[in-house]
Amino acid sequence: MSEPRSDQPTSDEPMAEVSTAADSTVTAPTDKPLVSVRDLKKHFPIMQGVFRRQVGAVKAVDGISFDIYRGETLGLVGESGSGKSTAGRAVLRLESLTAGTIFFDDEELSAMTPMNVRPLRPRMQMVFQNPHASLNPRMTVSSIIGEPLVEHKAFPRGQARIDRIDELLKLVGLDPTHANRYPHEFSGGQRQRIGIARAIALNPDFIVCDEPIAALDVSIQAQVVNLLEKLQQTLKLSYLFISHDMSMVRHIADRVAVMYLGRLVELAEVDDLYDSPKHPYTRALHSAVPVPDPEVEEARTRVILEGDIPSPANPPSGCPFHTRCPVAEPQCAHDEPEWREIESGHWVACHFADRPGW
Amino acid sequence: MSATEPVLEVTDLTTRFTTPDGVVHAVNGVSFDLNAGEFLGVVGESGSGKSVTMMSLLRLIPMPPGEIVAGSAMFGGQDLLDIPGDKLRRVRGGEIGFIFQDPMTSLNPVLTVGRQISESLMLHTGIAKKEASATSAELLTMVGIPDAMDRLNSYPHEMSGGMRQRVMIAIALACSPKVIIADEPTTALDVTVQAQIIEIVRGLREQLGTAVIWITHDLGVVAGLADRVLVMYGGRIVEEARVHDLYNTPEHPYTQGLLQSIPRLDQKGSQLLSIKGQPPSLYQEPSYCSFAPRCPHVFERCENEIPHLTEVAPEHRVACWWDTAKGEPRDV
Repeated sequence: MSEPRSDQPTSDEPMAEVSTAADSTVTAPTDKPLVSVRDLKKHFPIMQGVFRRQVGAVKAVDGISFDIYRGETLGLVGESGSGKSTAGRAVLRLESLTAGTIFFDDEELSAMTPMNVRPLRPRMQMVFQNPHASLNPRMTVSSIIGEPLVEHKAFPRGQARIDRIDELLKLVGLDPTHANRYPHEFSGGQRQRIGIARAIALNPDFIVCDEPIAALDVSIQAQVVNLLEKLQQTLKLSYLFISHDMSMVRHIADRVAVMYLGRLVELAEVDDLYDSPKHPYTRALHSAVPVPDPEVEEARTRVILEGDIPSPANPPSGCPFHTRCPVAEPQCAHDEPEWREIESGHWVACHFADRPGW
Repeated sequence: MSATEPVLEVTDLTTRFTTPDGVVHAVNGVSFDLNAGEFLGVVGESGSGKSVTMMSLLRLIPMPPGEIVAGSAMFGGQDLLDIPGDKLRRVRGGEIGFIFQDPMTSLNPVLTVGRQISESLMLHTGIAKKEASATSAELLTMVGIPDAMDRLNSYPHEMSGGMRQRVMIAIALACSPKVIIADEPTTALDVTVQAQIIEIVRGLREQLGTAVIWITHDLGVVAGLADRVLVMYGGRIVEEARVHDLYNTPEHPYTQGLLQSIPRLDQKGSQLLSIKGQPPSLYQEPSYCSFAPRCPHVFERCENEIPHLTEVAPEHRVACWWDTAKGEPRDV
């Protein structure tokens, strides 16, 4: 079962084209995206008073557009409260949508009823952040991994299912003889492997990894990331890799999107984004990440941002970043910057992204 | 730095916890010195004993189930592990300041920030209330909180995580301590806020010359801050070196493995070399090197004897039976 799906054309070269809701007629990419998100919004209502009237909304995701191509990893980075997890859940229709469209391999996910989404579920899966909370403590490993097999009638019963569970456990580097143990008998890293085995049980095309290594020890993080990379190769998976760890995203992603207060501020090929960031927020993020090398640390110049990320219930006018931006101009406070392609495949939302010297 | 007198000398500290599942050997014979004005980084994963070591110094671990079995911690001519409680209380928050990981749980939610800073000042220096609140405002300004006078009347929940951590730093600084122990002070914060806090600490350190012990799991954070770094594993110090030596010529296989397993922001993605296996269980009394089951260089001696810290270069000590530079067992 570790062979790639036969109906899945492989592509080694992830395309760098992205379009926006405003500009949906971009140059036709040579390869069609697997997941295509346009102007996605997810607002959570704020209710108040005796009659629970809606008095406002937390704009967790406020109009983001991106594509994910087959076999690629799109990194989604941002600070807490930037809306990256909500975006990941919304893409899988684990949240109801406020606005926007999502296409998954030609199917308009955003227009479907939950019942109609269900047959597509085997093809899109999720790996969660906390391997302690995302596994049922009263289920054995084999029933955790076997549940999707039964539920989606892939291997409903008998020896075939047991064999499949064995195979999955081997695939994620666990001992099949431990199949009848409970989650608490495993360490954090092993538990995350169980979560990954569950996610790949039905041979998905697309997996949203929501901070999959954030809860793990440093020496275990590399093990899990290496496993995700190996599985991507053998199973031809596409990942949306959500993380606040800029260094790990540089390692694993092919393209990277940076999120701030529910919007995307920049999206580019991974080396482009790290070597020549265009948005002041991306630059600030880069300079805030410590590098494990004293010589590099001593030589670095830092952009230290003022203050904290504002509340998404009451985001700043104009460019959402202008309140903390070191190069903001008066214009930024009222004009919302356009999401534009500044170089081929390099998207940015900043009025002054092409200003020389910055 | 070696010429200066150490302000804190910890020798053979051993801490255990008795739990229903057995005895947890959290700290197993830790010895180190802290020099005046020095910035000491302590790096380790969860369960490595880094926090318990520092909490044990000030007897801040819950006893029982915790028990400090052996060791001494000499500070200002007295053994912190041996002095009576009232004397120790004068040290805590007075001569040794503490910054905890989570500022939400370590600040009192029903007292104003000003009251919490003044409390420490009045208790330890005996100054009057009015004077204390003026000093508190100064401290808040020092840690980069604007409108300090107004902020004194704020409650912790009215502040963001970064602001609360600044308040913690202000409290730790209040009595001009000789030593500040910071336990993962930026782990709960976002990376841009972490950068703000690090910048403040860096500035304050130059200004005040306080010695700092900074506990973290992030090898990146201490690289730019520390003078010297201790690496802990399984309740022991496995390597100790000046910051440049540790990152340029790590000697212990664990340190080497850690540095190879973390990706770097400034370098293109290459294969990450992970350390195989799991962190050690602390339920057994260690009788051999606790890294042996995961070590690529393991040989018989590692499974029979606990390696002790040996000086391999000036101010560079490592606890390993294998000489990774020569590729042969160490001659000790």
